[in-house]
Amino acid sequence: MARTSSSGSSRRDVLKLAGLATAAGFGVRPAFSQSPGHVVVVGGGFGGATAAKYLRRAGVDVTLIETNATFATCPFSNTVLGGINEIDAITHGYDGLAAHGVQVVPDTVTGINAANKSVSLQGGTAVSYDRLILSPGIDFKWGEIEGYDEAAAEVMPHAWKAGAQTELLRRQLIAMDDGGVVAIAAPGNPFRCPPGPYERASLIAHYLKTHKPASKVLILDSKDSFSKQGLFQAGWAELYGDMIEWVPFSSGGNVARVDPATMTVYTDFDTHVVNVANIIPAQRSNRLVDTADLANGGDWCPINQLTFESTVQPGIHILGDASIAGAMPKSGFSANAQAKVCAAAIAALLRGDEPPSPSFINTCYSLVGPDYGISVAAVYRLNAEGAIAGVEGAGGVSPGDANAEFRKMEAEYARGWYASITSDMFG
Amino acid sequence: MRALLISIFGMCMLATAAAADETAPANLANACAGCHGTDGKSPGQIPMIAGMAAADLAAELRQFKNDQKAATVMNRIAKGYTEAEIDAIANYFGGM
Ligand SMILES: Cc1cc2nc3c(=O)[nH]c(=O)nc-3n(C[C@H](O)[C@H](O)[C@H](O)COP(=O)(O)OP(=O)(O)OC[C@H]3O[C@@H](n4cnc5c(N)ncnc54)[C@H](O)[C@@H]3O)c2cc1C
Ligand code: HEC
Repeated sequence: MARTSSSGSSRRDVLKLAGLATAAGFGVRPAFSQSPGHVVVVGGGFGGATAAKYLRRAGVDVTLIETNATFATCPFSNTVLGGINEIDAITHGYDGLAAHGVQVVPDTVTGINAANKSVSLQGGTAVSYDRLILSPGIDFKWGEIEGYDEAAAEVMPHAWKAGAQTELLRRQLIAMDDGGVVAIAAPGNPFRCPPGPYERASLIAHYLKTHKPASKVLILDSKDSFSKQGLFQAGWAELYGDMIEWVPFSSGGNVARVDPATMTVYTDFDTHVVNVANIIPAQRSNRLVDTADLANGGDWCPINQLTFESTVQPGIHILGDASIAGAMPKSGFSANAQAKVCAAAIAALLRGDEPPSPSFINTCYSLVGPDYGISVAAVYRLNAEGAIAGVEGAGGVSPGDANAEFRKMEAEYARGWYASITSDMFG
Repeated sequence: MRALLISIFGMCMLATAAAADETAPANLANACAGCHGTDGKSPGQIPMIAGMAAADLAAELRQFKNDQKAATVMNRIAKGYTEAEIDAIANYFGGM
């Protein structure tokens, strides 16, 4: 917040900024006069891109501020590690949102001034809002694993934000000799994408089985159980024999320390010298939220689960991984579903109406192999206490006794889900 | 300052806590778009539901809900909706 003086920021600055953005070629300037207000969305990922699009559909003026010119999705980034897709296949631009009339501003928000309803940008401007949506995703708790900091992540990638880290880990897998050990350190709950580390182990094993069959994947886990565990383990045995070894917390799986110089991973009980180390550290909400104290001293941001409005600061709505959204897992599907409910709530609030009552779905597809898909699904609504809760009798995991044809269909539908959700966000 | 904000906000929350009792049809239907695409226009391998007649859509959802039709995932999802919600979703898509 120290970067710019936001004291004089007003509608004028927004218009000025919008003018600049248009001049620079970032989209069409919407008709401010017909809109019930101006919403600033920070973060053009699963929550933010979806919210921007659905607010425009509701006739609201939207400015979307996103650091990067393109967005590489974490979903399907494991297929890049497995050599099934190139990074281009999971990288998306913002032209579609600009065509809907979203003002896309490529910049980084450095501070939130809740009192005068504005955000400050690295570029030096301030943008004011009637309501603010934050969907900035996660940050890592560096140092919780001794020796694991940002520099260490250049040797032992986390690849838990997709893009350069995904490509780094992919290059390391390609460079590894046959017979090597790939370690994956999986964090404790809660974290972004509960089945993610296990899908990753699967698709790395798929690559190794084809190219380096004497190699191993060693999952060192800070938990004693994980999402879709029975389905994953059955799939691993079927497709990869004993190539994947899972070490739970109680068997000393928790990684306490790493030494990138010697490629050593120290667990509570053992020392492993490995060839490739994918360290997925513990997570918290993106540190941007601290500029308005939105996590209230915790790791994640408490919200009103009807509107996604912060319970700490009025006028600021928080979506996706950064928020505490009842029983919903931290997934792209959840963030997308939450964004649509939040957009409808904000459109209603700006017009002085009651926010409509919400409904959500989450489904996490995972690929155990390219033709072997599994899923976990749930339908959610608000319970009597105002918390998002799963509808009883609905949802659950794919059947354990399904045949190969069924698993193949779910792999096809996983690809279909990816095409649909990315078009729902960016199209 | 913070305490003040929280207490003012607390009052706002009371005012907005009571949303309409019945789940809004758009909120029900938009959740389907995560798999079926915006407005049911699927660009990929998941079946297109845009353009389906409301009666057909409602009938399909009831079959999924009652395990009368083979499915990979729709049976698990359809069980999350009441009869009235199924009609609301079907009318929403059917009326587009
Ligand atoms: C390997 C892996 C696999 C996954 N697979 C799946 C899957 O199959 N299905 C699924 O549903 N989910 C999956 N996920 C989870 C999914 O990626 C996240 O839950 C989702 O991205 C959360 O959305 P979000 O909007 O909260 O954050 P993000 O999608 O991360 O978006 C945050 C955006 O905010 C921007 N940003 C941050 N700070 C600022 C700032 N200060 N100023 C401007 N911009 C900023 C960032 O650049 C980023 O673009 C997976 C995750 C991983 C790591
Ligand atoms: C997790 C992804 C997913 C979600 C979410 C989802 N669907 Fe489906 N839908 C599918 C798949 C996959 C099929 C094919 C049947 C199967 O295997 O389950 C399908 C089939 C259908 C069909 C039958 C279409 C046909 O031509 O046979 C209808 C109707 C339908 N879905 C409606 C809905 C509605 C309404 C919602 C929201 C309440 C919804 N779906 C949510 C994945 C999804």
